[in-house]
Amino acid sequence: MAHPAAAPAELCSIPALLARNARQFAGRDAYREKEFGIWQSWTWAQAQDEIRAMAMGFLALGLARGDHVAIIGRNRPALYWSMVAAQMCGAVPVPLYQDAVAEEMAQVLDHCGARLVVCGDQEQVDKVIEVQDRIHHIEQVVYVDKRGMRKYDHSRMNALADVVAEGRAAHHRFAAELDTRISELGWGHTCVMLYTSGTTGKPKGVVLSNRNIILTARASCEFDRLTEAEEVLAYLPMAWVGDFIFSMGQAMWAGFCVNCPESPATMMTDLREIGPTYFFAPPRVFEQQLTQVMIRMEDAGRTKKWLFDRFMALARRVGPAILDGRPVATADRLAYALGNLLIYGPLKNTLGFSRIRVGYTAGEAIGPEIFDFYRALGINLKQLYGQTEASVFITQQPDGQVRSDTVGVPSPGVELRIAETGEVFYRSPGTFVEYFRNPESTASTKDAEGWVATGDAGFFEEGTGHLRIIDRAKDVGRMADGRLFAPKYVENKLKFYPAVLEAVVFGNGRAFCTAFVNIDLTAVGNWAERNGIAYASYQELAGHPRVYDMIRTHVEEVNRSVAQDPMLSGCQIRRFLILHKELDADDGEVTRTRKVRRRIIEEKYADLIAALYDGRDSVSTETEVTYEDGRKGAIRATLRLADAATVASPPDRRAAA
Amino acid sequence: MTGATATADTRRTGPVLMEMKNITLRFGGVKAITDISFDIREGEIRAIIGPNGAGKSSMLNVISGFYVPQQGEVWFRGQKRPPMKPYQVARQGIARTFQNIALFEGMSVLDNIMTGRLTLMQTGFLDQAIWWGRAQREESAHRERVERIIDFLEIQHIRKTPVGRLPYGLKKRVELARALAAEPKLLLLDEPMAGMNVEEKEDMCRFILDVNDEFGTTIALIEHDMGVVMDLSDRVVVMDYGKKIGDGTPDEVRANPDVIDAYLGVAHD
Repeated sequence: MAHPAAAPAELCSIPALLARNARQFAGRDAYREKEFGIWQSWTWAQAQDEIRAMAMGFLALGLARGDHVAIIGRNRPALYWSMVAAQMCGAVPVPLYQDAVAEEMAQVLDHCGARLVVCGDQEQVDKVIEVQDRIHHIEQVVYVDKRGMRKYDHSRMNALADVVAEGRAAHHRFAAELDTRISELGWGHTCVMLYTSGTTGKPKGVVLSNRNIILTARASCEFDRLTEAEEVLAYLPMAWVGDFIFSMGQAMWAGFCVNCPESPATMMTDLREIGPTYFFAPPRVFEQQLTQVMIRMEDAGRTKKWLFDRFMALARRVGPAILDGRPVATADRLAYALGNLLIYGPLKNTLGFSRIRVGYTAGEAIGPEIFDFYRALGINLKQLYGQTEASVFITQQPDGQVRSDTVGVPSPGVELRIAETGEVFYRSPGTFVEYFRNPESTASTKDAEGWVATGDAGFFEEGTGHLRIIDRAKDVGRMADGRLFAPKYVENKLKFYPAVLEAVVFGNGRAFCTAFVNIDLTAVGNWAERNGIAYASYQELAGHPRVYDMIRTHVEEVNRSVAQDPMLSGCQIRRFLILHKELDADDGEVTRTRKVRRRIIEEKYADLIAALYDGRDSVSTETEVTYEDGRKGAIRATLRLADAATVASPPDRRAAA
Repeated sequence: MTGATATADTRRTGPVLMEMKNITLRFGGVKAITDISFDIREGEIRAIIGPNGAGKSSMLNVISGFYVPQQGEVWFRGQKRPPMKPYQVARQGIARTFQNIALFEGMSVLDNIMTGRLTLMQTGFLDQAIWWGRAQREESAHRERVERIIDFLEIQHIRKTPVGRLPYGLKKRVELARALAAEPKLLLLDEPMAGMNVEEKEDMCRFILDVNDEFGTTIALIEHDMGVVMDLSDRVVVMDYGKKIGDGTPDEVRANPDVIDAYLGVAHD
């Protein structure tokens, strides 16, 4: 490994790391982007040259120390560079979610006080212009993609390419100033400010310093032995802390190459072409891929299907053990090698996972079946637990100690403790500096000694020392008879079924639990096609009696599984309904990272919840929906409410005996 | 105002690119077009509208050289155009899309768009047969242009997909891409939004405006959706029963009593 051994004091900012990479890995590819059908690439030396020119262009636009620079767009090298260029100028990059509607964007832009906004394309520029009549501190807008921009008023607007050209032309004027500003950067300077989507209330700006980012990147690179030879695909929102750590922090520290897909729609093709060695995806992506594989296998010929089933059974039995280096019988090893040749290898190649050395998933619980499927194929998929305030890493699973129901051991440098309430607290070098302009929230989240409340309830497993998360601490409640209520625990079990996209369980302070279920249109639609069920819309499919039957079977299976755990047996679902629309971030029902916003759903669908508890068979409702362009509409529906069988919980059984 | 060519908003449009002078087109005894004159200026978006059977598509076919009018003259770039075959017209820099999609269903999107470059290919049969060298270099150059159009129309994700498997809205976009691949001076669009849903229409509008803006392509289009026409075009020709009943900016046309009659249906004798 060509790693710099220690973290010398001079490597205390991203621009400093960039300079080191440009020296040490000058000829290696730093960034690639597929454009015009070809992977265009930039070496570290070229990237540094571009970024410096861009930074000088920003200086020419009057970017001052401490300014905030908002960055909005899909993952593109130019936007990553603009973050580093902003840092070089002593400014703070603030990446925003590109799919946010103008209203959400206004809140964040207003709060951070950005003077310069870098947009990916016309769509983002339009949103910024829309909010500009309310927010007057935006002085300059810069855009990457020139399409459709010709007729805009350019008095305070520039194409990024022009800014770079200007910076290059003016290097005699600005080079010295730029070097001064870069040399001023230290551990304490803000590296990035990221807005947490926040399952409750308004977004908060998390300030992460160079110390947070670089020490975290270093520790996590060492944990998984990441080198400059890694390839990653940058496709997750740039505003999300994970992407910043993987595509910026770790990429800069280890010096590996960041690949940007051609467009969001081509992500899967691009993934296959790049074949990343280090990959991160939320459980949803793995779920979707598995669903696709299964759907396609259903359509395969009989021989192929037979081969697939047979070798997958073998893989599930011995694959994880081989991956973990545990002893496996020679015959099984040979059979697995044959399977690798015939099935696993080609399948991994199709999925783009041929070269994966380390894969992570986080954000939500992943179904054991999904998790095991990938591990059985020999893909080293692991889980980590983290949050924005911790610069991602709180716990992660070391190689060889991977299980689907834990989130691993504390990451290097992280201290953990569990409060009496069950809430998990951590303290680490990655712990955020503060919430921007929000000292009250900072004080209530981080105490004087630096301990941060995660808001999640969990416990350390006896023997292994692995952390297990049960639920959000504030969502854990009591039922009317005092039994523990942990909705997420049940929801996750439901979501492991391919037919279930999302589930929301209610029951805090009530006599029994009920649930909303969202069906997965891909999986259920395919099932409907196979079973000759005609449907015209999502709504119609969701209300189909046979879909209800299927979901009821799933709910009852979950009830049986929940009943196994004496502590949580009260959480069995007695009544449920299938929602007529998908829970959507545009409607504020889930966050941009697709976490359920319980309070909002409870308010919005209060009539449905009431109906679940008053014993009715059906309920008519009208729901407001927001379209992608921000317009609003309403859908009306009559929903059926269904009962599900529950299993008597162990204490009850004892009482009966 | 029949017969008189309206004064165009010349702020951004250039000199006259194409002029139709007293065109009359007959099929046997049926007069499809009767004595119509209008012009198309460089850089503008010119719409031809009218009720069904008004002769709009015939007019477009005259421009594209598919029909040769019995009377009248077609002037293109300051020269009177002799009767020509469609491929000769295409070589002059006029490309079109069709009302009912005319793509090669079994070929990929990329290959379909590459066919749009056909009129621009230079290498001969022999070079193509040998392939290495000149033909290969030429294809790379053409592919580069085509990739820019793919990027422009945001169809990267279907680059390798056979056209037959695409939904209608995307096929329309591929047709536009193929027409653009010919790098036309004048682009003829025959009902580009027919049969599309609102979202697809909005996308298509944006692409048409962007094409006009980015490549400076002059566009003549036929469209039924009045909202689209009035939003998009710089000037509008209105036809009814083969005659021109209006010509001018969208606002002028909207105020024209003949046009209102034609659209609201006043009894014709």
